[in-house]
Amino acid sequence: MLEVEGVSKRFGGFVAVDAVSLTVAKKQIAAVIGPNGAGKSTFFNLITGHLRPDAGRVVLEGRDITAAPPHRICRMGMGRSFQRTNIFPQLTVFENVQAAYIAHRGRGTNFWASSAALYRDETTALLQQVGLADKANEAASALSHGNQKQVELGIALACDPEILLLDEPTAGMSAAETRDSIKLLQHLAEKFGLTLLFTEHDMEVVFSIAEKIMVLHQGRVIAEGTPDEVQRNAEVRRIYLGERK
Amino acid sequence: MTRPLINRIPWTLIVFLVLLPVPFLGSRFYTFVATDIVILSLFATSLNLLLGTTGLVTFGHAAYFSIGAYTTALLMKNLGFPFLPSWIAGGLMAAGFALVFGFFCVRLTKIYFAMLTLAFAQIVWAICFKWNDVTGGEQGLPNVPYPGLDWMEVLPLIGDLRVSDKFYYVALALVALCYAALRRITLSPFGRVLTVIRDNPERAQFIGVNVRLYELAAFMVSGAFAGLSGALFGIFNRGVFPDFAFWTKSAEPLIMTILGGMAHFWGPAVGAAALILLNQQITSYTEYWPFVLGGVLIVLLFVFPGGIVGTLTKLGRRIGGRDA
Ligand SMILES: Nc1ncnc2c1ncn2[C@@H]1O[C@H](COP(=O)(O)OP(=O)(O)OP(=O)(O)O)[C@@H](O)[C@H]1O
Ligand SMILES: [Mg+2]
Repeated sequence: MLEVEGVSKRFGGFVAVDAVSLTVAKKQIAAVIGPNGAGKSTFFNLITGHLRPDAGRVVLEGRDITAAPPHRICRMGMGRSFQRTNIFPQLTVFENVQAAYIAHRGRGTNFWASSAALYRDETTALLQQVGLADKANEAASALSHGNQKQVELGIALACDPEILLLDEPTAGMSAAETRDSIKLLQHLAEKFGLTLLFTEHDMEVVFSIAEKIMVLHQGRVIAEGTPDEVQRNAEVRRIYLGERK
Repeated sequence: MTRPLINRIPWTLIVFLVLLPVPFLGSRFYTFVATDIVILSLFATSLNLLLGTTGLVTFGHAAYFSIGAYTTALLMKNLGFPFLPSWIAGGLMAAGFALVFGFFCVRLTKIYFAMLTLAFAQIVWAICFKWNDVTGGEQGLPNVPYPGLDWMEVLPLIGDLRVSDKFYYVALALVALCYAALRRITLSPFGRVLTVIRDNPERAQFIGVNVRLYELAAFMVSGAFAGLSGALFGIFNRGVFPDFAFWTKSAEPLIMTILGGMAHFWGPAVGAAALILLNQQITSYTEYWPFVLGGVLIVLLFVFPGGIVGTLTKLGRRIGGRDA
């Protein structure tokens, strides 16, 4: 599904991501973990076209997307969410998700029809799925942080992704909210047959749902494998798990 | 989802009907002011497709206004073309230039985008000013003919009016059509993508929007309508001059839009009416019109940041409850 081959990114003299490789199989749930500043978000930005790698290759279903612009990568079936909530604040919740349908399905070239009823059923159904049905007509900016994260997820799902990259989908959520949204994610991934790649600081969450884990530290991979393998890895315990507990 | 009542009112039609009797109010002056407002409001509304809908600040909209004006005037005056094809050619020519200039502008963002639009407008102005053989240089193109309006004589009531009154009706009808089109475009899927770009251009990319391409399309559509407005203005003004392209002419629709409120489709039109009426009133009392205008703008920016329409809708909502 997704093959990342030795991507690197430097900011000035500082190497944020250093020759990182990762393969994610179809319908796999994979996680990238690592302490703050490890380069997780940068790694995601390299994959989704937000940043261009200085070296390495990104291949999505056999197609090289290393230099492709974000909108094209998105159209190829890669959806993403951001660590810091990144939605359309002045639009309503309904419009946020509807816009994603319109844009992703290439309907934006139509400048004569009315957009009001376009993809209404799909949007309503999806809002139901992510638990925002009762907030459809509220301005996105007026929602709570947790709800905005749900909007973000709705936008990402409306892009009909094959693979979804979620950068800390539960950042800033309470323990209960985190549990709920992870359950939701797992459910949606199964339902839509999604491949998931996510970052997360909550180890309980990571080890409960991830089938594959990659550990980054200072831009470098220090371990990769099943949750068991990673948990047993001495270096991980020392550098990462030890640091946090 | 039921649309709020206010959105279901066919405003374009209502405004059109309300403006119909103006020539019968008995003063040539009223028709003059009304024509001015009608034509320039289209200029401001075309700008707002960029400003309010797409979130792009342009300082060079006069370029397209003047290109439309010169094109139509040249075709009608020098080549004897009839009005309607000349008018449409004015819009198309403006769209063409907007496409070329916009191609470079959308590569920049924010203030750099704005500065480049200004730079292109100043180039257009310089060409209008210097290219004597075609544009008439500093003297411009005086005596642009009125459209042939003899066919109107068969119309009841209107048939006996002055030429300037008849032209008012031509302008009103054509501007109303432009408004209907702009409204449709704003509410279309294309328009929705533009609002998404305004709200968060970064996120827009990640739902599959080619941001530059859409910005360019908006720039072109906006330029086309500015050109159509300029074409009418040249005829109304009985001449086309280089200052149509000067940067102060680019500031005019910006001021109108901010005055009326850029968050609302009708904001620029209301702003155009307010600015022109205010100008008429105040210049008859004092020569310090720019001073008064500056004062009005300062008050507005600080006290009513949503402009006239923004403030009225907020007031209406407060009085009528949340559903108004
Ligand atoms: N645009 C940038 N310019 C310069 N440095 C950057 C930039 N983006 C990230 N960095 C640096 O790169 C390093 C990796 O950042 P990144 O955001 O990828 O870490 P992260 O693993 O996502 O951390 P967190 O867990 O805090 O989200 C950090 O030291 C950060 O300061
Ligand atoms: Mg991060």
